[in-house]
Amino acid sequence: MNTSKPTTASTVLEDAPLVQGGLTFRGITEKISGIVEGRTPSLWWLLFGMALSGTLILVGSIGWLVYEGTGVWGLNNPVGWGWAIVNFVFWVGIGHAGTLISAILFLLRQRWRTAINRFAEAMTIVAVICAGIFPAIHVGRIWIAYYMFPVPNQMDMWPNFRSPLLWDVFAVGTYFTVSFLFWYVGLVPDLATFRDRAKKRIKRIVFGALSLGWRGGNRQWKHYELAYLMLAGLATPLVLSVHSVVSTDFATSLIPGWHTTIFPPYFVAGAIFSGFGMVLTLAIIARRVFRLENLITVDHLEKMNKIILVTGSMVGYAYIMEFFIAWYSGNIYEVFAFINRGFGNYAWAYWIMFLCNVITPQLFWFKKIRRSIPVMFILSIFVNIGMWFERFVITVTSLSRDFLPSSWDYYSPTTWDVLTFVGSFGLFFTLFLLFLRFLPMISMSEVKGVMPEADPHHGHTEGLQDKLEGGSA
Amino acid sequence: MKTYGMIAEFSSPAALMDAAKQVRTAGYSKFDCHSPFPIHGMDEAMGLKRSPVGYIVGGMAALGALIGFSLQTWVTTDAYPLVISGKPLFSWQAYIIITFALFVLFGAFGAVIGMFRLNRLPRLHHPLFYSEQFARVTDDGFMLHIEADDTQFDEEKTEAFLASVGGTNIELVRGA
Repeated sequence: MNTSKPTTASTVLEDAPLVQGGLTFRGITEKISGIVEGRTPSLWWLLFGMALSGTLILVGSIGWLVYEGTGVWGLNNPVGWGWAIVNFVFWVGIGHAGTLISAILFLLRQRWRTAINRFAEAMTIVAVICAGIFPAIHVGRIWIAYYMFPVPNQMDMWPNFRSPLLWDVFAVGTYFTVSFLFWYVGLVPDLATFRDRAKKRIKRIVFGALSLGWRGGNRQWKHYELAYLMLAGLATPLVLSVHSVVSTDFATSLIPGWHTTIFPPYFVAGAIFSGFGMVLTLAIIARRVFRLENLITVDHLEKMNKIILVTGSMVGYAYIMEFFIAWYSGNIYEVFAFINRGFGNYAWAYWIMFLCNVITPQLFWFKKIRRSIPVMFILSIFVNIGMWFERFVITVTSLSRDFLPSSWDYYSPTTWDVLTFVGSFGLFFTLFLLFLRFLPMISMSEVKGVMPEADPHHGHTEGLQDKLEGGSA
Repeated sequence: MKTYGMIAEFSSPAALMDAAKQVRTAGYSKFDCHSPFPIHGMDEAMGLKRSPVGYIVGGMAALGALIGFSLQTWVTTDAYPLVISGKPLFSWQAYIIITFALFVLFGAFGAVIGMFRLNRLPRLHHPLFYSEQFARVTDDGFMLHIEADDTQFDEEKTEAFLASVGGTNIELVRGA
C-alpha cells in the first residue's frame, strides 16, 4: 500500500482502547468504589426525593385502584386493555437491554459490554419489577393474584396452561429470576472488593455476607467463568423468548391488527430497541454525573447507537411490512385495521410512534451524530417516547375499532392512569438510584479483565506484532 | 494457631502464570492463584481440569423441563381437565413455552448454586483472610498461596522457592 500511513496489522485490527485516560487496575477500583464510598452528592438526594415522591404516587394510585376497582381507569367496552397493558409491555421491553448486553454480547465476545453491563442489568431488573406491577394490579381483585400460579388450593383449581397470559407469568417470572441471578453472580467479585476496602465494621459484615466469602482464587474463577458462560447461554434464548411470549398475548387473539405471525420477532426487535434507548439515556446521565468518561467512552455510546439504528430499522421494516401484508392478504378487516391505525382516530399516536422509532433513529447513519452526546441523548428520549406509543397504538387502535361498528368507542386515560404511569417511573428511578448509590455500577472485575494489562501475554507480544507488521507493510 | 500456608505476591498476571507453572512443576498440588479477574490460560498453567458446572446445568435444566411438561400434562388431562377452544386435553404444543421457561429457570439455578457449592461457598471465613495484604487480590494484587497441608510444604524451602520464582511480600499465614 502506497499511502503515507502504511496499513499495518495493528492499525487495521485494533479498536480504540476500551479504558481510556491511562487508568490502572487500582485506578479502576478507586474510581468505581469511590462513587459508593464518597459522600452522597446533593444531586442524588434531590433526584431520590423526586423519585420517592413518584413511588408514593404509585402506591397511592394503586391503593385507590384496589379500593375502588379498575373502573377508575379509562377502560371501556370494547377497549378493555389500556395504559396498564401498554405500560407493562413498555417496561418489559426496556428490561430487554440488560440481559441482551450481558448474555448475547458476552457470547459474541463484544468486550465493550463490560463498561455498561452491570448498569444495564440493574436497569433490567428494576424495569421488570415495574412491568410486573401492571398485570398484577390489572386483575382487579389483586388478593387473588395467586390464581396465576400453580398453587394447590382448597378449590382444587389449576391455572389454564394453554393461555398466553399464563405463559407470560412464567416467561416474565423466569426472566426476572435469571436476570437477577446473572446480575448477582457478576456482582460477587466486586462485592468482595467492597468488603476488602470497607473501613466500618457494619460494611465489612454486610459486604462480607453478600460476597459469600469470595477469594478470587483461580480454582474459584474456573467454576465461576463456566457458570457465567452457562448463564449467558441460558439467558440468550430467554431474552428472545420473553417478548415473543408477550407478543402472543396479542397474536393468539383474533383481533385484526393483533393476529399476525410477525409479532414475536417484531416485538423482540422493538424491545431491544427500547431497552438500548433507556440504557443510553441513563448512561449519558450517569457518565456525566459520576465522571465516568474514561470507562463509558464515546466509542461505547457509538456502539449502542449502532444497535439502536439496526433494531430501529427492523422495527420500521415491521411497521411497513404489516401494512403490506394487510393489503396483500386481501382481507378487508385486516386492511381496515391498518388503514385505521395510520389514518383513523388514533393517527396522531401512530405518527408520533413512526417519527420517533423509524425516522429519527435513521440519523444514526451519520458518524458525527452517533458520536454527538447531546444529539444522541435527545434521540434516545425519542426512542423511549416512540416505543411507549408503539405499544399504545398496538393495544388501543385495534380494540377501539373492533368487529361491530355499534360497539366502537374512543379510549382516553383518566388521571389515575396517568398517575400510575408517572408513579412507575418514580419506582424505577428510586430503585435505580439506590443501586447507583450502594452497589458498583460498573463491573470492576470485568473491566479489569478486558484491559491489555490483564492479558498474561501482555509485554510478550512485541515480537509477534513486528512479524505481522513486517509482513503487510 | 495452626499454619495455613504461605502466600507470595507477583507483579502481573504474566508473572503469576509463570509462577503457577513452576509451582506445579516443582510438584506442589495444594496451591491456588488469586487475582482480581480470571486470567486466561491459568487453568492450563495450574493443570486444572474443566469445571463440571456444565453437567449440573444440563441435569437441572432437563429436570426443570420434565417437571414443567409433566405438571402441565397432569393438570390439563387429570387434575383439572377443561376443554379450551375445542383443543384436545393433551395439547402439548401449548405446553412448550412453560416447559422452556422452567428449563431455563432450573438450569440457571443449577449454574449458580452448583458453582457456589463447587467453590465451597458461601464460606464467610477463611484463614487467608488473616493476611492483611490478601485484601489486595480483589483490587490489583496477584497472589499465589501454597497450603501447609501440601506434602512438599516446608516453611523454609517453600519460602525460598517462592522467592526464586519471583514472589515478593512472602508471608506465612496462620489461622484456624
